[in-house]
Amino acid sequence: MDFELTETEQAFREEVRNFLEEHLPPKDQRGPGFLGSWLEKVRERGWVGFSWPAEFGGSDGGLIEQAILKEEMALAKAPPLGSSFMGLAWVGPGIMRYGTQEQKQRFIPDILDSKVIWCTGYSEPNHGSDLAAIQCKAVKTGDHYLVNGQKIWTSGAPWAQWIILLVRTQFDVEVKHQGITCLLVPMDSPGIEVRPIENMAGDRHFAEIFFTDVKVPIENRLGEEGDGWQVTVSALANERSSIGEVTQMFETLDRLKTLVKQTTRQGKPASEDPLVRRRLAVFETRIAAMKYNGLRYLTRQIKGEPLSSETSVNKLLRASLEIELADFAIELSGPAGLELRGSDHAVDGGSWAKSSLNWPNVVIGGGTPNIQRNIISERILGQPKD
Amino acid sequence: MNFGFSEEQNLLREQVLRFMHEHCPMSRVRELIASDNPFAAQLWQQMADLGWLGLITPQQYGGVGLKWVDVTVVLEETGRGLCPLPFASHLLATATVLRCGSPSQRSRWLPAMAAGHAVCTLALCDDGNWLHPDAVTLTGQRTTDGVRISGTKPLVGDAKACDYLIVALRIDGKLALAGVATDSVSLTAANGLDATKPAADVHFDNLLISEDDLLPLDDADFHYLCDLGAVITTAEMVGAAEAALQMTSEYAKERIQFGKPIGQYQGVKHRLADMFVDIESFKSLLYYAAWTVDDAPDELPKAISYAKGYAADAFAQVGIDAVGLHGAIGFTAEYDVQMYLKRSKWARPAYGDSDYHLERVATLGGI
Repeated sequence: MDFELTETEQAFREEVRNFLEEHLPPKDQRGPGFLGSWLEKVRERGWVGFSWPAEFGGSDGGLIEQAILKEEMALAKAPPLGSSFMGLAWVGPGIMRYGTQEQKQRFIPDILDSKVIWCTGYSEPNHGSDLAAIQCKAVKTGDHYLVNGQKIWTSGAPWAQWIILLVRTQFDVEVKHQGITCLLVPMDSPGIEVRPIENMAGDRHFAEIFFTDVKVPIENRLGEEGDGWQVTVSALANERSSIGEVTQMFETLDRLKTLVKQTTRQGKPASEDPLVRRRLAVFETRIAAMKYNGLRYLTRQIKGEPLSSETSVNKLLRASLEIELADFAIELSGPAGLELRGSDHAVDGGSWAKSSLNWPNVVIGGGTPNIQRNIISERILGQPKD
Repeated sequence: MNFGFSEEQNLLREQVLRFMHEHCPMSRVRELIASDNPFAAQLWQQMADLGWLGLITPQQYGGVGLKWVDVTVVLEETGRGLCPLPFASHLLATATVLRCGSPSQRSRWLPAMAAGHAVCTLALCDDGNWLHPDAVTLTGQRTTDGVRISGTKPLVGDAKACDYLIVALRIDGKLALAGVATDSVSLTAANGLDATKPAADVHFDNLLISEDDLLPLDDADFHYLCDLGAVITTAEMVGAAEAALQMTSEYAKERIQFGKPIGQYQGVKHRLADMFVDIESFKSLLYYAAWTVDDAPDELPKAISYAKGYAADAFAQVGIDAVGLHGAIGFTAEYDVQMYLKRSKWARPAYGDSDYHLERVATLGGI
């Protein structure tokens, strides 16, 4: 065991820090043109798709350097390294692994250059957690597929230019995981209708999508026909390792501690209340557990030992923290804790109240907690499937 | 950055596992705890010969000179097998001599401890529910020929199995430690519910201690030793909790109810997953704490309070659920899972319960 960084790793950390000091102004000094020039600069540095192979425009970055990069970016509260979270998290890796030469050349550079935003068409009205049961249909007709059906809860759909879409190309299958195919579809294709859905926090970033006789050229198929499930499983595996930013959780905890120090409960300083102190300590302990779980699993990956589904451990820890941290801030603040942005009473600009309604973004997307429990029990502990 | 075990550490783990399997399986553990002193001299000597009793003892004192991460590997496996021998107590006593002993005391005691000839334990607090120097109240009177002790040290772990006790006391109000031969005191065996962790009250009747057998102890030493006690306890908890989960997981695959293995029901399946999440988490925290002992000692208090603060309640729940998911069979004395429940109850308050450690996490975290 050794937590020291090598000289090269340490030098890389310094490089990232120096870059951030030079190119990342404080939040209130970031003008309208900032994001565009930021994305260009991090791209020039090779930090977008940092771990991707150089032949695809990545930097062949190692796992530790990647962790350092993520940590420093989170510490500095930097904007994302690309405009398309999903493009970088799983569409790109999926295309690199399963795509044709032509697809790689066509899609990868645009993801890295933040020219295209992707969304992910998995869930359907009747099939969310039971993803393999999807019914959205694609029929091969000449040189294209004809897609009919519906997707829902598609994050980013209102502004995405492309969608990675899971469709059923065969219905008479022995098991539902067969007969699924993955297509890459422009969102401006004729026959696509996007209806944004307002969520409980008042935002409209997910949507339902209707497909009516949408023509998708066969060359836009990712992987072979019928291999869509395998393509998706490897993509979701990417997601589970990319969600779970411990640094951000520690930062949220620090804000909560600051709030505790400024707050009184029943007329006494909240920071002196043993129950408040204990709850903060429980949060901190669980975030620390996420950190050291993550490092342990990272070490195993570096050593080339395959992980089973251990990343579900941190996803579960994060799910409950995501809900409890914000709720505790509200509870501490009393009625004012519920006030949203714009109110004179809002606590920390209403950010806790807002977060307390936003947790499903993290907690449900990519597999609900109960799905994560199934994964752990079945794949790691070997329990029989439902 | 490398947060994993080395090839040598993995081999050590295999060696301990094999030893526990061949020489101290649960049937043997049960035999030992059925006697009035669960100590087996032959097993102890084998552990000494394998180098485990001197694992952290420097080579100049007859030890192997390894680190706390290495000894953690052994503790996980002795914990997994609920080994009733005083390995944990002896390790903390070794650490005490290393920390507080003079060079001549180290030379005098450590080689015999590493070789297994002198079995030792540390008796720290008189109020076992208070991890604070003020909880040391046993008093020694200084006389012309040394220090005389009268009184009782309650619930000293493994006292009966030990040849020597290192006892915390106050002399003229100041903290100190005294090395005491067990045959110079009288013991009253306690009757704790976890027989794999036996204890005894130690009675001193005007016992004379020579200056040569006194060790200095200050507040920092006291807290350091409590932290090491928590590292040792939590390392054993990791192995024991994993064993309890494994037994329960295997049972859930085999036990058929309503025509299906019970592991197919989410009420069972999800609880098993939650146990796994908790154990993975306090295991990671414990590994980090064990690493800090040698490599980042300033971080030790926070690191071990994370680990024990998490493990204390989580392992208790693992114990309850392990028995509970078994149903009535888990409740029987004959079935081994109940022994892990007992260990979880023993381990919960040992060297600080969750209230103690979480309060410290809050303080060290600036609250």
